[in-house]
Amino acid sequence: MLSAQNFGESGKMKEYHYAGPTEHRFSPYAFNGGTVLAVAGEDFAIVASDTRLSEGYSIHSRDSPKCYKLTDTTVLGCSGFHGDCLTLTKIIDARLKMYKHSNNKTMTSGAIAAMLSTILYSRRFFPYYVYNIIGGLDEQGKGAVYSFDPVGSYQRDTYKAGGSASAMLQPLLDNQIGFKNMEGVEHVPLTKDKAVQLVKDVFVSAAERDVYTGDALRICIVTKEGIEEQNIPLRKD
Amino acid sequence: MALEDICNFKDKPTHKTFPFYASEDTSVSVFTESLNFKWRGEMTSKKASDVPLEFHVPSLFKRPSSRASHSVSVRRPFPLSHGTTTLGFIFQGGVIAAADTRASAGGLVACPAVHKITPIHSHLVVTSSGSGADCMLWERILTREIRLYQLRHKRRLSIRGTAKLLSLMLHPFKGTDVCVALTLCGWDKAESTKNLEETLGVTDDCSPSVCKDVPSKTNLLCFSGPKLIYVCSDGARLQGDIFSVGSGSPYAYGVLDRSLSWSLNKEEAILLAREAVFRATHRDAYSGNNVDLFHVTAEGWRQRQREDLKEEYYRDMEKRGKKMDVKTKKAAKIMQ
Repeated sequence: MLSAQNFGESGKMKEYHYAGPTEHRFSPYAFNGGTVLAVAGEDFAIVASDTRLSEGYSIHSRDSPKCYKLTDTTVLGCSGFHGDCLTLTKIIDARLKMYKHSNNKTMTSGAIAAMLSTILYSRRFFPYYVYNIIGGLDEQGKGAVYSFDPVGSYQRDTYKAGGSASAMLQPLLDNQIGFKNMEGVEHVPLTKDKAVQLVKDVFVSAAERDVYTGDALRICIVTKEGIEEQNIPLRKD
Repeated sequence: MALEDICNFKDKPTHKTFPFYASEDTSVSVFTESLNFKWRGEMTSKKASDVPLEFHVPSLFKRPSSRASHSVSVRRPFPLSHGTTTLGFIFQGGVIAAADTRASAGGLVACPAVHKITPIHSHLVVTSSGSGADCMLWERILTREIRLYQLRHKRRLSIRGTAKLLSLMLHPFKGTDVCVALTLCGWDKAESTKNLEETLGVTDDCSPSVCKDVPSKTNLLCFSGPKLIYVCSDGARLQGDIFSVGSGSPYAYGVLDRSLSWSLNKEEAILLAREAVFRATHRDAYSGNNVDLFHVTAEGWRQRQREDLKEEYYRDMEKRGKKMDVKTKKAAKIMQ
């Protein structure tokens, strides 16, 4: 490819020469793309993800959603390296079952978040390359969102975007849900229908500008009645 | 060595082998190795019941090379959160701890509302800086160990003891990229001298061999009061009157050194801490958003409401504007 690097200082083309064998390190990580988003309301929580699985220039699958149902009141969204996502969800499922069998009750969202933090930190020196966001209802029935970094630091939020398009979506959510950087605006609480519409709009924007996001959108709406799923098509290019 | 035998102390080798010492029994199962990992330290104190020091720590990744050198380690494809301004100082009314609330990962603000000051117990708060996940987990581990100590020994561990415990727990991870710099801000309760004498083994027998090592009553009393100790994962453990940690600390030190004195009253101290964090967040890109403030006294810690510094910035600009107006007016008069 023609670029400035091929030309030396005098303007003449630099000549190719054999620089010796180059060693390519095996990297145990791969980046499979995808975006996850979670919003908490007064009595509901929404976890949404796109369904594209990509690697480099290829798309491996158009139907690989990144929301995983953990319990009747908790959904986990994880994006990043798909291999680590699968293993992590298997481990979490096993731990949930163990807890159910030992304590005779299902884990609450807060407890799952704390457990996930320790699971991630136990691999501090060879981390799971996964960006997690948990969305669900807490013990009082209010919506809760817990966002994680790949080594286990976590925080309870009202809304959070993670994954490849997170840097594009987070400012938009800050403005629309958090009313940040808007002066003299009335803070209206978010209703479920408005939140779902906002999530759809936000993902459509993400699919426009992020190559790793697209194909379809899977939304999981968690309420005390249960978990409702919706599928909306997005750009496939 | 004889002393080691009396204390049942097994000298632990360097961190390269320490985790695997105990992991030989947890055979090959993925779950137990990565999740249920325990280090059973054999250090027991003479006085306490024979409960070994047990805590869960992450296992170091098994590498063929002996040292945890960075060239052989797996390169992380993502940045971890770093960057902060935290400060603490002692004055006549106790200890003030203040911090900003921004967590940055690379060039992105990962979270604008993080809690960097965490209470450990009613008379100790700890400000954290360094890597977010490391600080969060080590604070949790420290809280658990302090609570266990309190349950076993029926008294609360002193701030200096807490700092030493934390330093010992972090020592095996020296050289790895665990990055933790905590400032313990607390108030040691003045225990009744009778209890203190009992626990420290002070006796009435004043024979020369005993009196030399025995602390005098005046010494016992100065164990209580406000304390500020800085512990870091490199192994540093320092007691002092003023500490500021993080990328914004030079700016905070500048503001603090100007006005800090022992005789400040509570409102002045709080304003000073707030001002220091505000100036640091103004100049340091990796600090910002809000300021958290804690005040620790003999009654315990009290948290001031989290304050958004955006308002403070506008107030400051207004004040500057007024000053500038006065100055330009004066200058204009002179010019005429």
